[in-house]
Amino acid sequence: MIRFDEVSKFYAGNPRPALNGVTLEILKGEFVFLVGASGSGKSSFLRLVLKEEKPSKGQIHVLGQRLGTLSSRKVPYFRRNLGVVFQDFRLLPQKSVFDNVAFTLQVIGKSRGYIQEAVPDVLKMVGLAGKAQRLPHELSGGEQQRVAIARAIVNRPAILLADEPTGNLDPSTSAGIMTLLDRINASGTTVLMATHDAGIVDQMQRRVIELSGGNIIRDERSGGYQTQAVPIQQVGQEGAQPRVQGVPTQTVPAPRLDPESVAQQSVPEWGADK
Amino acid sequence: MRLRLVLSEVGSGLKRNLSMVISVVLVTFISLTFVGTAALLQLQINQMKGYWYDRAQVAVYLCTDTDTTGNCTGAKATTAQKDQVEAQLQSSTLKPYIQKSYFETQQDAYDRFKKQFADSPATEFVQPSYLNETFWVNLKDPSQSDILIESLSNQAGVQSVVDQRGYLQPIFSVLNAASYTAIGIAVLMLIAAVLLIATTIRLSAFSRRRELGIMRLVGASNRFIQTPFILEGVIAALVGSVLAGGAMILIVKVFVRGYLAENFASTPFVTMGDTYVVVPLLIVIGAALAALSAGVAIRRYLKV
Repeated sequence: MIRFDEVSKFYAGNPRPALNGVTLEILKGEFVFLVGASGSGKSSFLRLVLKEEKPSKGQIHVLGQRLGTLSSRKVPYFRRNLGVVFQDFRLLPQKSVFDNVAFTLQVIGKSRGYIQEAVPDVLKMVGLAGKAQRLPHELSGGEQQRVAIARAIVNRPAILLADEPTGNLDPSTSAGIMTLLDRINASGTTVLMATHDAGIVDQMQRRVIELSGGNIIRDERSGGYQTQAVPIQQVGQEGAQPRVQGVPTQTVPAPRLDPESVAQQSVPEWGADK
Repeated sequence: MRLRLVLSEVGSGLKRNLSMVISVVLVTFISLTFVGTAALLQLQINQMKGYWYDRAQVAVYLCTDTDTTGNCTGAKATTAQKDQVEAQLQSSTLKPYIQKSYFETQQDAYDRFKKQFADSPATEFVQPSYLNETFWVNLKDPSQSDILIESLSNQAGVQSVVDQRGYLQPIFSVLNAASYTAIGIAVLMLIAAVLLIATTIRLSAFSRRRELGIMRLVGASNRFIQTPFILEGVIAALVGSVLAGGAMILIVKVFVRGYLAENFASTPFVTMGDTYVVVPLLIVIGAALAALSAGVAIRRYLKV
């Protein structure tokens, strides 16, 4: 579904890579959390999947397409298979809920009949039936994010990318959004979610990929926001028990795990995380 | 469905940027008016050249009693000398270039002089003997007058050989200068128009950047994204070029045909037919330039 082969990303004027030789594979139907401090490369990762950026090195395959060879003319058609949700919702303020969702379908040339059928369906699925004619500013944050999710999935994408979708929401609203994402995942959509919300990650117990300084330092099949699985973290942080609920069942060590660099990078982060 | 969506986007874009759109209209209007004027001036010059050069003759002036210029020695050209010049004109070397030639006596020249300068006091004291006897020569190709000048200038009894086209040259120089000035101004104004259209489109795109961002995110094709903006630029420029076309028609109809052609009947002027060729050209230029600059301006927003 998504495969990164030794992908590095450098931004101009910054000698430190945003991603440093990342190799990983995300399979169809998986629900993956992407965690790590700010600047660890999560957003770069998502932008690379979307082909908003080109990797400096390495190959990216998404949905069986090699992104490096995808011509810019075909990028729009490629993106129709991806849904994206952001922390700040990015709704069009002057359009109603219905029109916001319909806009996606209109601009990719769907027929009016299809739109009239698909939009109410998806609004019902995200729990906004009956609010189709509201304007975004008349809705709560959670409802606005539901509109954004509806817009992202109305075209039935194979992959849903979510960049801190609960970052602006309170815990109980976040839980509602996660239930929705879980349901979307259950219907077969691969979900890749970057987040800082430890509670959500701990509760969901899904695959967790942790990035630090552009490196994957953890890739757990079913883990929490922090974990005991990497021993070096406990050594560096005595007495600070990671907030893991439930013992991880299986641990996939990151391929480029380098204990020294992990120790250097993770110690201040744990401290900051409290 | 999509066409309606595109058109409504165009409409809202034009409304939102009305002041910029008006300035685009005015600048294209003025610049294309200059382009049209330059084109019509060139047509006018060509037409006048064709008309006058066909009528321009080469004059072979013969000596009079008082002439000491050229080959003259203050004596009137003799009959033998006249015959020699005539023989030259009829010779096999010059004959192929000559359409027709005729001889004008001093009395003929005097009559013509009196008629031409009827109002001038000069007619009072000019005598027929002051005027040159002349061979008037019409050439098949007016630009080959050099041949005639070279072969006849040194003949005895010939005062000078003059190509009348020389008298027209200053007129054409002035017209040419006017036309080049118009072209220069037109080019400057067109640059301004192109930049203004690009700025307008950027502004329009900027005010719609949320929509553009979402369109790109959900996979709207590049063509779908850029079409409304290009149409916006083209429509504004089209209004300007139609105005310029109208101005051209008005200028030619009222000033050239209505005033110049009435008052200077002997000179050919550009016709309405010429204008109807220039006007569509203006409109095409306006639309093409607008499409080009809008297309370039919007490209930045399509980068993926």
